[in-house]
Amino acid sequence: MPTHAQSPAEGRVVLDAGDISRALVRISHEILERNKGAEDLLLLGLHTRGVPLARRLADNIAKVEGTTPPTGSLDVTMYRDDLRSHPTRAPHRTELPAGGIDGKTVVLVDDVLYSGRTIRAALDALSDLGRPAVVRLAVLVDRGHRELPIRADHVGKNLPTARSERVSLRLSEIDGEDEVTIR
Amino acid sequence: MNRHLLSIDDLEVADIHRIFATAAEMHDVQKREVKKLPALRGRTVINLFFEDSTRTRSSFEIAGKWLSADVINLSAKGSSASKGESLRDTALTVTAMGIDGLVVRHSASGAAEQISRWVDVPVINAGDGTHEHPTQALLDGYALTRKLGTLEGKHVAIVGDVTHSRVFRSNVKSLVKLGASVTVVAPPTLMPSGVGDWSKAAGFATSYDLDAVLPDVDAVMMLRVQRERMSGGFFPTAREYTVGYGLTRNRLDLLKPGTPILHPGPMNRGLEISPDAADAADSLVLDQVSSGVAVRMSVLYHLLAGEPESMGGESA
Repeated sequence: MPTHAQSPAEGRVVLDAGDISRALVRISHEILERNKGAEDLLLLGLHTRGVPLARRLADNIAKVEGTTPPTGSLDVTMYRDDLRSHPTRAPHRTELPAGGIDGKTVVLVDDVLYSGRTIRAALDALSDLGRPAVVRLAVLVDRGHRELPIRADHVGKNLPTARSERVSLRLSEIDGEDEVTIR
Repeated sequence: MNRHLLSIDDLEVADIHRIFATAAEMHDVQKREVKKLPALRGRTVINLFFEDSTRTRSSFEIAGKWLSADVINLSAKGSSASKGESLRDTALTVTAMGIDGLVVRHSASGAAEQISRWVDVPVINAGDGTHEHPTQALLDGYALTRKLGTLEGKHVAIVGDVTHSRVFRSNVKSLVKLGASVTVVAPPTLMPSGVGDWSKAAGFATSYDLDAVLPDVDAVMMLRVQRERMSGGFFPTAREYTVGYGLTRNRLDLLKPGTPILHPGPMNRGLEISPDAADAADSLVLDQVSSGVAVRMSVLYHLLAGEPESMGGESA
């Protein structure tokens, strides 16, 4: 179990648990506002930390709308353009709700938006899975340094960074606590 | 993971689990409308088959194509091999075309390994003589793991022509690695000579009495009786083989309820496996075929998709 004493060594905390929670509540409202309700909404989390984020957004939306929008998970390993420059790894599960993605408003949910290459891969993966009516992108942190013409529709926090810095998100579902650090 | 897949010995237990985990994802692709993943786009795989095969070759072909690789089938019949070209020249010639992987089937044990020493691309053994057939063992292990949850502590019987079976040799290694206990059942004439020392070293048991083994097992794997053995004096008649070692309707009653039945195919119905067993609800035969595509996709992905120098490590 990590202790707080370790946190400074792991970098500067830029978002604590309260900040993350408030950002997710705001994004949930933005998604609803943009979509004019929760109809045909599907929240698709990108592995690894986008998956619990998508579930939290769905829970927030349920509190406002009364119904929980369907969530799913998307693994883009096979679609990455840097597949050849890394050792292979086993892909994670791609899980879609029973209705599929056809005609849905799909909100891709990821933790940190950086080069945009993961999102590019996710868009390719989506087109093999069906034809959504609309695809939007929600991220907790946008750290800049895009390498492709991709932008997020909903951003928790814009975080100017240097390329040499490392932004990492910890989530209680996976890491035992909520925190965004930079080092 | 090794650069080639020539034998189950090339795989650590963790490698096998990684192949299974990837295969589970590949299995889902078979249910999709667009059965394509772009992982091997721009890569070319040659199926170099010096021995007849329908299901293994088409399984590798489908697996490669669903990963977006270009797959070319070369069979020995009508090729330069039948004109007297040596194995080495054939292997070097096809590799010189600029391909990225070779899938090799040959009637000589060790052919795939020999080829792997000559060429500079990953080689996958799709069956070499009576030696090994690693992807068959992986798909059997994968299908069984899906059915039983785990193979740890499970008891599997492998029944039939053990002496001539590469499916058996690969399977006994992978099943033992995955924690299963294996009992090999065969008529004395089809049990390899010196099996006593081998079974001790490899960790499996042997038996000549199928009826005694069946009530205790969690899965039973039937091996094909190869027709050419019929005239080889290994057993008097087909009928006699069936009575002693066939999975007949009566023997099904000896199995615990729900015991999965495997057969690598092609089946000799009425010889080593009765139609009642082949078509039983617990028969995994067709599941093995669909698992075969998923497992071969997984193997092709792990051997061909990544960076060759650093292959095998887990990326962060």
